[in-house]
Amino acid sequence: MESVLHITTLHYLVLGAALFLLGVIGVLTRRNVVIVLMSIELILNAVNLNLVAFSRLWGGVHGQVFAIFVITDAAAEAAVGLGILIAFFRNKETVNIDEVNLLKW
Amino acid sequence: MFLTYIWLIPLLPAFGAAMMFFFGRKLQKATVSAVCVGTIVLAFLMSCGAVWQYSAWSSTPQNFHQPYEKPLYTWLGSDTGHLTYTTQSGKPAEFRADVAFLLDPLSSIWLLFVTGVGMLIHIYSTGYMEHEGGYYRFFGYLNLFMFSMLTLILANNYVLMFVGWEGVGLCSYLLIGFYFHRKSATDAGNKAFIVNRIGDAGFLLGMFFIAWYFGSLRFTDVTTAARSGQFAIGDPIITAATLLLFVGACGKSAQLPLYVWLPDAMEGPTPVSALIHAATMVTAGVYMVARSNALFVLAPTSMKTVAIVGALTAIFAASIGLVQNDIKRVLAYSTVSQLGYMFLALGVGAFSAGVFHVFTHAFFKALLFLGAGAVIHSMSGEQDMRNMGDLAHRIPITYRTMLVATLAIAGIPPFAGFFSKDEILWQTWTKDSEAYHILWFIGYATALMTAFYMFRLIYLTFFGKPRMSHELEHHIHECPHTMAVPLLVLALFSLSAGWLSWPPSLGGSARFEKFLEPVFAKEAQVFQEEGKAAQLAAGEKEAEHTSPYEYVLMFLSVLAAAAGWGMAKRSYSHADKGYTEPIATASPPIYDVLLHKYYVDEGYDYVFTGRRKLGDVRLGALGLGEASAWFDTNVVDGAVNAAGWITRLTATISSWWDKWIIDGIGVNGPAILARMLSYPARLFEWGLVQWYALVMTAGLVGFVFYYVYH
Repeated sequence: MESVLHITTLHYLVLGAALFLLGVIGVLTRRNVVIVLMSIELILNAVNLNLVAFSRLWGGVHGQVFAIFVITDAAAEAAVGLGILIAFFRNKETVNIDEVNLLKW
Repeated sequence: MFLTYIWLIPLLPAFGAAMMFFFGRKLQKATVSAVCVGTIVLAFLMSCGAVWQYSAWSSTPQNFHQPYEKPLYTWLGSDTGHLTYTTQSGKPAEFRADVAFLLDPLSSIWLLFVTGVGMLIHIYSTGYMEHEGGYYRFFGYLNLFMFSMLTLILANNYVLMFVGWEGVGLCSYLLIGFYFHRKSATDAGNKAFIVNRIGDAGFLLGMFFIAWYFGSLRFTDVTTAARSGQFAIGDPIITAATLLLFVGACGKSAQLPLYVWLPDAMEGPTPVSALIHAATMVTAGVYMVARSNALFVLAPTSMKTVAIVGALTAIFAASIGLVQNDIKRVLAYSTVSQLGYMFLALGVGAFSAGVFHVFTHAFFKALLFLGAGAVIHSMSGEQDMRNMGDLAHRIPITYRTMLVATLAIAGIPPFAGFFSKDEILWQTWTKDSEAYHILWFIGYATALMTAFYMFRLIYLTFFGKPRMSHELEHHIHECPHTMAVPLLVLALFSLSAGWLSWPPSLGGSARFEKFLEPVFAKEAQVFQEEGKAAQLAAGEKEAEHTSPYEYVLMFLSVLAAAAGWGMAKRSYSHADKGYTEPIATASPPIYDVLLHKYYVDEGYDYVFTGRRKLGDVRLGALGLGEASAWFDTNVVDGAVNAAGWITRLTATISSWWDKWIIDGIGVNGPAILARMLSYPARLFEWGLVQWYALVMTAGLVGFVFYYVYH
């Protein structure tokens, strides 16, 4: 059974696409900022998966290096995002994204 | 030496005045007297020295009959070119005035009697003012007056003369209002100042005419030019200038119609009346006209005006003097009348006779005033002759000296007034035209009146029954020595001053006229050239003096004086309480008019001051003020309000335009447009972040599909 369980790049891409879709849906639909942030992590990880998959396909390390950068960036983004969130919660006592509308005219 | 230091003569009293104004309040009365009288005594001595030296100097061949001039410094001008102007003949000239002093026979005479009489009056004042407040102030003003008067006399140009002229006016004002707590005194001071100001305007204008026509204001320049023969007799500009100068003289020397201030000036202390309003200041006008004699002889119209005004003033004032009851007012009107004589003399070309009358008048009128002051002093301030009488034995020195002065002014020979007055009348009579006989007659009638009112004064004051209250009667006392000595000295001069000009017809030599010849003699030549031999000045008249008419006229004058004396004696020598005035008995309306001074003050109130209304109309200064006020409230303020109203209207329009057109259409219009246009755009922006993200995503997906499947 040659054809059984041979994981190709396509599999990675499908998985990445699925993850990305999940993340986008999460960002667009959830009101809780914490969950929105977590969905953004999902999107970033989907991108990482793509990068690593193509890195493997082409046999270079650029993609993997890039993925590490993205992970670092995601960590920083989570820290800043949560910091803003805490500051926001202190002011509004809510983490509901609907109520972040100070710039609305 | 005295000549070179002639500038010290006016400066000495100036020093005294400065001392009084700066330190006077802290000084003892004795110090004040010492400083102020001392400066005048020194000035008098220096004047004597200067005149003595001048007569020696001017008899040397190279300076023969020349005026002595001592320039100190250039006051106006100084060659900077800032004050240059073009004269009438088109030449450039500089408006230049030096502080420079001029001594010639004319100023010598004034210098001597001003300092001499001034000195005596200063001494007298130390006695008279002893119990008055403001002692230092009085002497400060008096010294300031002497300074101004001496500046006026010694100036060598019209401008410096005008400085002195204004200075004496100021001092006159200050001294008339010396008792400033009395309303009538301050009013009188104002009156004197304002009336004088009218004359001063004339003087100034005349001065400008001279500057414009002659290109110089120096007396010597103007006189030389006027005598050079290049100006015709009757030159209109010279006539205008001299007439204007005469207006100035009318103000200062109290001639019609500007005489009204002098009687009121009697509100001042009596020594002031004697010094300023009798002997010295009021003769400044005579001096100025005599000083400008070279101009006046070129203007026969002005000469006639001077003569007529002088004669009319003489009889007008004398007639008022007939019925006045205030001892000082009688003397005041007498002064106005005598000044009229002086101008009559000037007007008929008898300059030296006029000056001679000034000279003698200074002594006897000062004496009369000082005597009146002594009477008032002894009567504890009473001035009304109706409340006097029988004082001759109680104050004999005053009585005798005043009698001398009265004899002098009445023209009884050999007292001073006889010579000077007779000379004037004679010169008027011999003037070429017969019309001058009318002026002579006026002068003659005035002489009669003079004798009458002066002896009326003597009889009412010193004879008859005592009419004062008993309490007052006990207080009557002779004046102190400081007052008596000047009276005696002046009495001596009132007797003898006339002998200086003992007429040739009585075996004299007319030395006074000879002395003045350098100043006036040239006039004779001018007249001669024009063929008016009868207008010859004094020196040329000697031949005529032998005319038998002169003795007739002389006899008539003495007769008039004697008649006036006799009438006064008959009417007043036994005057008791409730005595009757002969004029009131003869014609009550005339008496009433005279007592009210021809209602001239009232007339002036109607016409010039506006203190009285003519019906509903107010004329004069106050009327002008009311008219100006009306004009101001209605026209000027109306214009102001109209301007304000128009401004407000335009501002309203402008603000409406700004608000609705500029702001509304120009500025807010685009904004509103932008706002309206922005509504659809805003529909997308409802503030839900996730909606934005969804749109982004949808757009992205759309792009991707477009590129992938297109």
